[in-house]
Amino acid sequence: MPTIAVDKEDLYKSLGREYTTEEFDELCFEFGIELDEDTSQSDLPAGERPQLKIEIPANRYDMLCFEGISKALNVFLSREKAPNFKLVEAPKEKQITIVVDPSTEKVRPYVAGAVLRGVHFNQRSYDSFISLQEKLHANICRNRSLVAIGTHDLSKIKGSKISYTGVVPEKVKFAPLNQTKVMTGPELMEFYEKDRNIGKYLHLIRDSDVYPIFYDEEENVLSMPPIINSNKTKISLETNDIFIDLSGTDKTKIEVVVNQIVAMFSRYSSTPFTIEPVKIISEHNNLSRTCPNISPRKTTAEVDYINSVLGLKLSPQEICDLLSKMMLEATPSANSSNLLDVTIPITRSDILHQCDIMEDAGIAYGFNNLNRTFPADSFTIGEPLPINKVSDIVRREVAMAGWTEVMALTLCSHDENFAFLNRKDNGTEAVHLENPKTAEYQVVRTSLLPGLLKTIKENRKHSLPLKIFEVSDVVFKDTSLERQAYNNRRFGAVYAGKTSGFEIVHGLLDRVMKMLRVPWSDEKSDERGYWISELNNPTYFPGRGASIWYQEAKGSSPRQIGTLGVLHPQVLSNFEIPYVASSIELDVETFLIK
Amino acid sequence: MSDFALTVLATLNKGPVTDSRETFPGIDSQVVQGAVTSLAARNMVTFKQIEKELWAPTAEGEDIIANGSHEIRLYDEVIKSLEGLKIADVAKVLGPSGKVGQQRAFKNGWVKKDGDKLVKGVDEAPVDVTKDQLTTIKSTGTLDDAKELNELKKRKLVTKTKLVSYSIEKGPEFALEIKKLDTDLTIEMLQSGTWKTSEFKPYNFSAEGINTNGGAFHPLNKVREEFRQIFFSMGFTEMPTNQYVESGFWNFDTLYVPQQHPARDLQDTFYLKDPVKALEPEDKTYWSHVRKVHEEGEFGSIGYRYPWKPEEATKLVLRTHTTSVSAAMLHKLAKNPGPARYFSIDKVFRNEAVDATHLAEFHQVEGVIADYNLTLGDLIGFMERYFSKMGVNQIRFKPAYNPYTEPSMEIFGYHEGLGKWVEVGNSGMFRPEMLESMGLPKDLRVHGFGLSLERPTMIKYAVSNIRELLGHKVSLDFIENNPAVRFEEALV
Repeated sequence: MPTIAVDKEDLYKSLGREYTTEEFDELCFEFGIELDEDTSQSDLPAGERPQLKIEIPANRYDMLCFEGISKALNVFLSREKAPNFKLVEAPKEKQITIVVDPSTEKVRPYVAGAVLRGVHFNQRSYDSFISLQEKLHANICRNRSLVAIGTHDLSKIKGSKISYTGVVPEKVKFAPLNQTKVMTGPELMEFYEKDRNIGKYLHLIRDSDVYPIFYDEEENVLSMPPIINSNKTKISLETNDIFIDLSGTDKTKIEVVVNQIVAMFSRYSSTPFTIEPVKIISEHNNLSRTCPNISPRKTTAEVDYINSVLGLKLSPQEICDLLSKMMLEATPSANSSNLLDVTIPITRSDILHQCDIMEDAGIAYGFNNLNRTFPADSFTIGEPLPINKVSDIVRREVAMAGWTEVMALTLCSHDENFAFLNRKDNGTEAVHLENPKTAEYQVVRTSLLPGLLKTIKENRKHSLPLKIFEVSDVVFKDTSLERQAYNNRRFGAVYAGKTSGFEIVHGLLDRVMKMLRVPWSDEKSDERGYWISELNNPTYFPGRGASIWYQEAKGSSPRQIGTLGVLHPQVLSNFEIPYVASSIELDVETFLIK
Repeated sequence: MSDFALTVLATLNKGPVTDSRETFPGIDSQVVQGAVTSLAARNMVTFKQIEKELWAPTAEGEDIIANGSHEIRLYDEVIKSLEGLKIADVAKVLGPSGKVGQQRAFKNGWVKKDGDKLVKGVDEAPVDVTKDQLTTIKSTGTLDDAKELNELKKRKLVTKTKLVSYSIEKGPEFALEIKKLDTDLTIEMLQSGTWKTSEFKPYNFSAEGINTNGGAFHPLNKVREEFRQIFFSMGFTEMPTNQYVESGFWNFDTLYVPQQHPARDLQDTFYLKDPVKALEPEDKTYWSHVRKVHEEGEFGSIGYRYPWKPEEATKLVLRTHTTSVSAAMLHKLAKNPGPARYFSIDKVFRNEAVDATHLAEFHQVEGVIADYNLTLGDLIGFMERYFSKMGVNQIRFKPAYNPYTEPSMEIFGYHEGLGKWVEVGNSGMFRPEMLESMGLPKDLRVHGFGLSLERPTMIKYAVSNIRELLGHKVSLDFIENNPAVRFEEALV
């Protein structure tokens, strides 16, 4: 969730009253934003104005700046009405046109633009304007990959015809923002390589055949999105007429972004809330149009749906009154008594469905004012998942036998799952992660042993012997499945101390089997039961490893369901365990009742 | 029992002992203590401890008693040197103690300065008070003048030692012989019948019992079990969450999380290198519904309006929430729609940097209620009852945003201990376009809610670092000694 810092005094002034921190926190809570911090409650450096840091829901792009928060809260408090935005075209000869060249198809095909005239910034509104662009870039624009915004002092742009074209990197030449040196495309890439702010955007176009460039009529570069603007058209506190260019790869979001910017900052236009449109000529992809399109979206919402979900019996007009507090203009429909005609302003791109309108009615009514009812009419039955029920039987019996339960991590390093256990990765079993942040998380474990042994290592100062167990899932690849992998429930235990404890883990196996009503059976008999037989497995000390066999019924073929044994000294040393130890691991799913 | 105990008894037989140090000189006080406490345990004697403070000269003090104080030694040197003692020579003549001597001799007015020399300040040889005082202390163990005594202590010339002795009297069971007492009733005593005549040593009721050395469940699983019991009591069936690997489709797309959503970034989600690509789900109608809802809108939604890519949906991830399983369960429910309640408590994975409150894996508690015409008030009322079972009795709801629920509400509980509202969970109603895509009827509405398992456990057990609760670094002592979970005891 984005956090927006707003000037405390300015905000309370705009809301027409002072708030205590608790009162303001309460207002935020009811509206669905969160007061993160009131900096006046901590030690502020001298000369710094107190700020409120407010967390905004990730889909409310209209609240990413002071202007938007102030507007939304004022409307919520019924102090103001949602603004009516107006397009005022410039005289023909002054109207800005953006001509889009098909060469941009390959890199950033979509363009938008707008002009704000007669703007008078002060330092704080100027800062807010800059910060809004940053917040939009970081959020809806997905770090400029979907949309990038450039703002320019219109008076420094020559002519009214702007072109947007793809240019071979070497032929790009301009001095970027706050620099005097003219650089080519490759030079710019090198120059910003290590820049903390800009460096992270370079990859978006670096390897492209052409870089997208906005030029004015005299072929001066305005910007090279999504990287940097030119220094020539830089805006400042004194700028009055602002040209905004937008380029991007997402046709929907570019419209949302241009609308949010003009909705937030047209309040500073010489006539508040007026926007000067630009003409976009983009014949090759059928996107020629006048931009921005600020006509609100008309939709409908059902009265009985809203009432039914909220558990209320409001009249259509009462719902409309609630919606007006959320900046949605609604009127009871002339066509149906069950419909509301709702106008979605350009600021509310988050409204996708009538459920979003219903939610706004609920917020305006107050979630905490709703009747607290209970969904009691239907009869449902509570049941455990069968595998969890079996697991719990094993867990209880093992704990009662004096063993301590641990919960190790499911992710581990490749070595811990293979090499440390003297095992080889045959490539068919373990799920490998693509992007772990550390080597601790390279694979999903295929055995409970790594976690148990790491727990022994960390607890080696505990009194001996250590007797620990875990019942949990391991994961195996299976390319026949939709999800290409499946979980397998395992029981694992390790005994560590001054003696190997083979017969102790063996005894634990016998106990668990007894409690699961599985009798011991002779390998040669054909009866239902389990037995163990010698196993040559490098995890175990030679001659001290065994397979656990299970025959489900007379006549069925025996299956290996696990192993046990004295751990190989090399394994112990790999896990830095200074004791001798024995382990057991078996498949719990064997005991599911089919 | 030592022979000395018998000596004590014999002595007492003649009369009470007022001070054991006087009656039994030369016997170590620990020997005396051992004897009287064991006799007292048998009620044969009663005793009182006498503590006496005793002062004794330190090594330096002893040196002064033998050779005179530093100041008198300096005075003597000044007298000896006819033309006065050069200040620079003091240390040469008297060693390190010369400086102390010089200071004190000045203070006493015994010497005075004459240029760079010291000359005598009094004509008559002064009395060496320090030496006399130390001599007194050595013989009597104290000094009448407390101020002077304190001064000597500061000068580290004397130290205090504590002398312990006892006054002893006959007890109710006094005898000259010591009877042997039995400590425990044994089977031999039962068989031989000696229990009838044996005398037993009194039991020490303030001692701890013997450690049980039993097994133990992990605290997190104990809390999990409490949650499960709450869910069972409210008619919830446990979901098959034993599936960590998910496709982007089930983990995100079905939940209406757009493909450019930050949650799908490499920064937040573990993607798989091997295997790498999921199969498309069998239900092709559902697949195309999901695609349409994202791409152009459907079921009353205008959609996100972006080109939806199947290759994003078939990327494999470690599930970031158990809601992927809830989605699959609801999709299954659509085949035979009706009221249902599901829950799960299982692991989820986030590609987060690990710190005190974040691990790359943790447990999510999740509940789903499907029923006809459910209301938001039902969800709020349900959550109120649910949390009251956890001992959280005051809750309120904050509007929030979540791609797959609308309305979405963060749940805050009042924490009595902290005196403030803390977030205890998330809840909401699944979006209609998500449910209708699955084929669920329009009037079958679905509540969802979730919380982490670790967070309430950390609050309950005052654990501040999640790594001390989950994973291999958890201390076995912590696991073994953790009390039972009782949610009815105030939690939040």
